[in-house]
Order: sequence, then C-alpha cells, then structure tokens
Amino acid sequence: MRSMRTNSLMAVLAVLWVATVASAQDHTYSSADIATGVRIYGAQCQLCHGSNGDTVAGVNLRLGRFRRAVTDDDLAQVIAKGVAPAMPSFAFSPAEVNGLVAFIRAGFDPGGTAVKVGNIDRGKQVFATKGACASCHRVGREGPKSAPDLSDIGALRTPAALQRAMLEPNVAMPPINRPMTIQTTAGRTVKGRRLNEDTFSVQLVDDTGKLVTVEKKNIKSVEAGKTSPMPSVASKLSPDEVADLVAYLLTLRGAQ
Amino acid sequence: MSRRFRSVLALLALVVTSTYALDAQVTSDRLLRAASEPQNWLNYGGTYTSQRYSTLDQITPANVTRLESKWVVQNQVFGAWQSNPIVVDGVMYITQRPNDVMAVDAVTGSMYWLYRHTPSADAKVCCGANNRGVAILGDTVYMGTLDARLIAIDAVTGKARWNIAVGDVKAGYSITMAPLIVKDKVMVGVGGGEYGIRGYVAAYDAKTGKEAWKFYTIPGPGEPGNNTWEGDDWKTGGAPAWVTGSYDPALNLVYWGIGNPGPDWNPKQRPGDNLYADCAIALDADTGTLKWHFQFTPNDAYDYDAVQVPVLVDREWKGTQRKLMLWANRNGYFYVLDRVTGEFLAGTPFVKVNWSSGLDAKGRPIQTPQPQGQPTYPGNQGGTNWYLPGYSPRTGLFYFSAWENYGTIYKPEESDYKPGQLFMGGTFSVVTPAPGAATVGIGRRGPINTWTDEVGNGAVVAMDPETGKPKWKLRQHDVSDAGMLTTATDLLFTGGREGHFMAIDAKNGALLWKASLGGQIVMGPVTFMVEGKQYVSVIAGSTLVTFGLRD
Repeated sequence: MRSMRTNSLMAVLAVLWVATVASAQDHTYSSADIATGVRIYGAQCQLCHGSNGDTVAGVNLRLGRFRRAVTDDDLAQVIAKGVAPAMPSFAFSPAEVNGLVAFIRAGFDPGGTAVKVGNIDRGKQVFATKGACASCHRVGREGPKSAPDLSDIGALRTPAALQRAMLEPNVAMPPINRPMTIQTTAGRTVKGRRLNEDTFSVQLVDDTGKLVTVEKKNIKSVEAGKTSPMPSVASKLSPDEVADLVAYLLTLRGAQ
Repeated sequence: MSRRFRSVLALLALVVTSTYALDAQVTSDRLLRAASEPQNWLNYGGTYTSQRYSTLDQITPANVTRLESKWVVQNQVFGAWQSNPIVVDGVMYITQRPNDVMAVDAVTGSMYWLYRHTPSADAKVCCGANNRGVAILGDTVYMGTLDARLIAIDAVTGKARWNIAVGDVKAGYSITMAPLIVKDKVMVGVGGGEYGIRGYVAAYDAKTGKEAWKFYTIPGPGEPGNNTWEGDDWKTGGAPAWVTGSYDPALNLVYWGIGNPGPDWNPKQRPGDNLYADCAIALDADTGTLKWHFQFTPNDAYDYDAVQVPVLVDREWKGTQRKLMLWANRNGYFYVLDRVTGEFLAGTPFVKVNWSSGLDAKGRPIQTPQPQGQPTYPGNQGGTNWYLPGYSPRTGLFYFSAWENYGTIYKPEESDYKPGQLFMGGTFSVVTPAPGAATVGIGRRGPINTWTDEVGNGAVVAMDPETGKPKWKLRQHDVSDAGMLTTATDLLFTGGREGHFMAIDAKNGALLWKASLGGQIVMGPVTFMVEGKQYVSVIAGSTLVTFGLRD
C-alpha cells in the first residue's frame, strides 16, 4: 500500500517537475533566506505548528516529517494552496516561501544549513546511472553489500546530512563507517566496516562481504581510516542533480 | 577442616537459620544493623550508609569464574528495568514496570505473589515508567508509584494494607525511587523536575500512612532560602527527589540528593541560586527539619541533578578520623563533604568539565558558560547520574559509573508553565563528529551499538577520596548506568548497557569474570546468602539473573 502511494505521489511530482523551472544554482539556501523564514514562521505558522513545528498531528516540520510533501516544491505548493479544511492558503512572496522552506530545511536552526531537495524520479535515475551510487550501495533487494545499505537512509538522515555525505564524504562519514584495518595477534588482517562494537569485541562486514567478529583482546593494532571509500560527487554531478539525489534518498524509508 | 569444627559450623548455621526463620519481622533495629546480617540485602543501598558493600566472602577472586546462573525471572513488561531487589530471609522483593511488586523465592526464582498497581492515566514521567524498588519494615513492603502514591503491601499475602496520595499526579508529581525506612517512618521524595513541580521529601507513619512531616525542597515565602528565587519562580522551580537517601543513626540525620531547578535549561528564567535544587540536604529524621545543605550547582543551566545516592563513610581524612559523605555529581565533580556539618572538604573534576573553571574554597563552582552553539561538558546526562555508587572500606575506594568525553549544546528558551506539561526551558543537541552519527542519551535503544568513542564512552571509576584522583578506571565502549556492589573478598560487581555482567578486582580494576547477558544493566547488583550459599543477582534487559557457585 505504501509503495502504491509512493508511486502515485512520484507520478504527480514528475508532472510537477516538468512544469517547474529549475532554478537551483546552489546546494543550499543563504542565511538571509533562513532569517526571512524565521520571521515569517513566527508570525504566520507558529500558532498552529508550534515553536518546534510538531503540534500538528503527523507533521514534524523541524525533523522534516510531512504528510504530503517531499521536495521543496511540494512544500511551496502546500504553503501556497493550503490543505483544506485544516490549513489555509498563504499568499506569500516567492522570497518569503523560499525563506520558510529554508528555515524548515535548516531544522528550525537559525544558524543551520538548509538544503535543496529536488526531483525524486530524476534522483533515482542519477542514482542508477550518472552517479554510479548503485555500484556500491544496496537499496532493497538490489546491489552489493559491503558499502552501507541505503534502504532506510531517508528515515535516518536529514537532507543536510545526505547532501554533505555526497559532497564531503570524508567529513560526513559517521565514524562507525570508517574503513577498519585490524591486525590480530595471530597475524590475521581484517579489513572491513564496523556494524557493532562494545567493550570486548567488534562486529564487522569484511571486504569480501563476510560477517566477522574480532575479540579486542586478540587485536594487535587497529586503524580507522579517515578517508571514505566513497568519492565526492561534487565534481561529477551538478547542484541540481545532487538536490535530486537528496530527494530520492529521502524516499528510502525501509521495507516498502 | 576438622570434623569438630565442621559440626560447630553446622550447628551455627542451624542457629542462624532458625533465628531468622523465627524473626519474620524486619524490625527497625534489624534495618539499623543490616551490616550484621549480610545474608540479607535489607535496604536499597544494602545498609543505611548506602555503601553497597557486603561482608559475604564465599565468592572470591579465586572461584568467581565458577559462577553460574541458578535461576532467571523474566520481566513481562517492556522497558529499562532499573529496579533494585531487597532480600529478606530467603525472599526477594523486586518491582517491575510500571508498579508491580513480586515476591520471589531467592533460591529457586519461583514466585510467591505478584502485586499489581496500575498507575493513573494522568501519570507523567519524563524519562520512562521506572520504579527502582521497595523497602521493608515489620511484615510490610512499601512502594512509591508513578502516580505519586505510596502503597503498603503485606509481605506474606501480597495484598495492599493502605494506599495514599503523596502528590498531585495531574500536576506532574511521581515517585520512582525505593522508599527509605527510618524507625517507624517511610520516607519518599517526588519526581517531576521536568514538569514545574515544587519538590519535597515526606515521611509517613509506617503503620497508618499518616503524614509525619514534609520538607519542601524549595523554601516558601518567609522561609530561609526563598530569596534565592525571584517572584513566583519558587512555585514551579522543580527540585525533585527521585533517588533514595541515606541515614546516619548517630546523628539522626537523613541525607537526600535533590534534582534540577525548572525550567531545566533556562537559568535566566529563574534568577538566583535556586535552593535547594542540586543540593545535598541533611534532615532531622524525626521532624524533617533542615540541618544543613550544600549546593553543587547554583542556578543550574544544564540539568545537573544532584540525584545521586549519598554514600556515608567513616574514615581518616587528612590525618583525622571523620564522618564523610562521598559524592560523584552529575556536574562532573567528585566531592568530599563533612556529613556532620555539610562542610565542603574537597572537590575535583572526574571527567572533562568546561561549564566551570573550578571550585572556590567553599565548594561553589566558578561558572564559565560556553558561547551559544558551543558544547558544554559534561553533557546533558552528566558525568554520572543516578547510577548507584559504592564504597569498599577494605580498599578505601569509591566506585561509580562515569560518562567520559560527552558534550551537549544547549539552546535555552523561555518556557510557559502549564500544569502537568513539560517545562524544559529550551532544547539541546548532543555533540557528534559527523551529521547523523549515532549519539548516546537516556537508555539504550537496541542491541547494536553504532556510536563510537567520539561521542563519549563509559568507565567504571575507582576514586581515591583522599587525592580526588582515580586509583584505576575500567573503560567501557558504551556509556553505563550500572550500579556498584563490592564484597569483603575485594570483588566489584557491575555492568553496563552492553549487557556484560562483570566481576572486577576492586583493588586494581582487573577483569576477573564476565557473563554476557545481552541486555542493558541499569541497576545495582546485590548479594545475599541462603542456606549457607552466597548468591549475586543482577538485572540485564528484561531478565533478572541470580548467580551462584557451581556445586
């Protein structure tokens, strides 16, 4: 049921996309946009949505959980048209709408970074083709297993974190994903990625796709690489393509 | 062992067993002398000193690897199991969420009875439907409830004798602590520091449930200390008491750790020192009159509850024998206080601390608030928290669970007080090395640990009170909420969120034995003896496991 709804939502969005002029020239909104959003939100939205954006059932604006919207254009549409009968339509200027979206995408943090979220279908295409993401990452039942599985990444990461992971993988890589090289006292070398760790042992998926446990008392040396095995897409993809990928990744929310 | 000696022992065992079998009543005198009957675990902290030290010596470093699971009780209720058992003459009394009491055969794990109190739907607790255990007096066990009631239950039949209201559940009052019994009174404090309550500790007649005294942890108008609040702030200033206190019979003082002022993270909304939030307080056990107080964190901006069990220790301090109180505080400092007067004797940080640059001669912190957006250390859950500390008079060391290298960024905001609603004064975020990276917080969410040492780590700390420096530390990958138990054989039993139940050499921190129980240990282990055999009980995840030596 969920996948049918997602499919039809995507179809609608695809139509919307055709009608929308691609305007994004940058990956993020400016701090002036966010400041505009803070002002408009406080004056017009906060009464219903609350200071944390979570007082309307099923919606958490700060955490990016919406009932209808996925992309920035969706958000703009909802704001412009309203949701009958609960939410009125708002006649904001484009700059004001832009500011509200920026504030929401910044997670309600006036000093934060807001990220553009593009088109889902195009993002899915970029994922499979030009971005070559699928050559390492698995989604659902497709793809290899040694890189992190992205099947539910949209439920785990914010748009800002997703964008950063693509543009600056070395900085954004969660420490648990650092490529590990472990030498055991028995002379064995284990290369792989950590899945779980405690005081006494570490669980990894190694480079060959095998699950391995190493007892810490048997470790001679351990090295956690600071360089992500993933290359940055900054030189390869356009800002719009990155925004599209973010949109697609946000739809990945586990089993469908 | 000679045959004669053996038969003397057997006779002794018979006498001991029959003595206690006859004495079914747990008199207040027995509670007072709990240290002299180490086969039982009569109070929350073992004895009134809350040292969690047992003189039982059957389990030793030499045989600890022969421990095996003797029985298991499975909790039927989901959620962190923070309860601490008491053990009385072969019967264990233990609570499970939300407010069940179970009477269990301490040798077999078979259940005698289960008493169930279903808290009112109005009950509100910020941090989980926790209950930390019961107390016993005579033939009655006492439990505080999430809906702020105190219930007296017949220890044999499991039926309620009386059930009274301690606080207003609709205004966010609750009880999660195990009561403290002194003489003929049952004492409890209330939780609700996140709901704008006005905290108190109260004592009730154990027979009737009639209130004997009540000490408000925020002084009202005209009372000393009310001038540490402005306007009506005192009415909603929090200062809850949600862990059990300790008792010094010679001084006739009960000691309590008091929690945070409210709203939690916005000190500008409640200017002043905010007494007696974040204090250790000493009350006359008969009247509830305040004898002294010591405030660890004036005008707290970080939710640094002083909700730690006061550990009472008589020992030499800088060459003189003194009555001390040892205290590892959530604010990251370890304190030594004189428990007769409340005098500050020493204080040193045991984790990274940047909210304060040090303590002055009277122990008052020199506060150094961090610029907005910059992390504060220790983080929101503190350098330690309510996790039960311990002290071994043999090693002279004070043991506790610490959270190291863990920081939080606070965003204070003005909060409106609405009865029964959260009253937090802003938000916070935990410092992470990369966006979206896993962090530590209240409770463990599952069996997989994807955070790394960059967001903090746990440690068992063995603090030398004299120097304020750890004698040794046992580093844990995950943080820990586990309590401490030491024995006369210099074993230290503790655990952590990873579910490893550990026996450690209390002298040097060497790991002697562990059992991987696969669920978080968020209580303090206890030890007891029945029919000449020593046992150790621990709760991990949803199982209570009792270990004994392999026959």
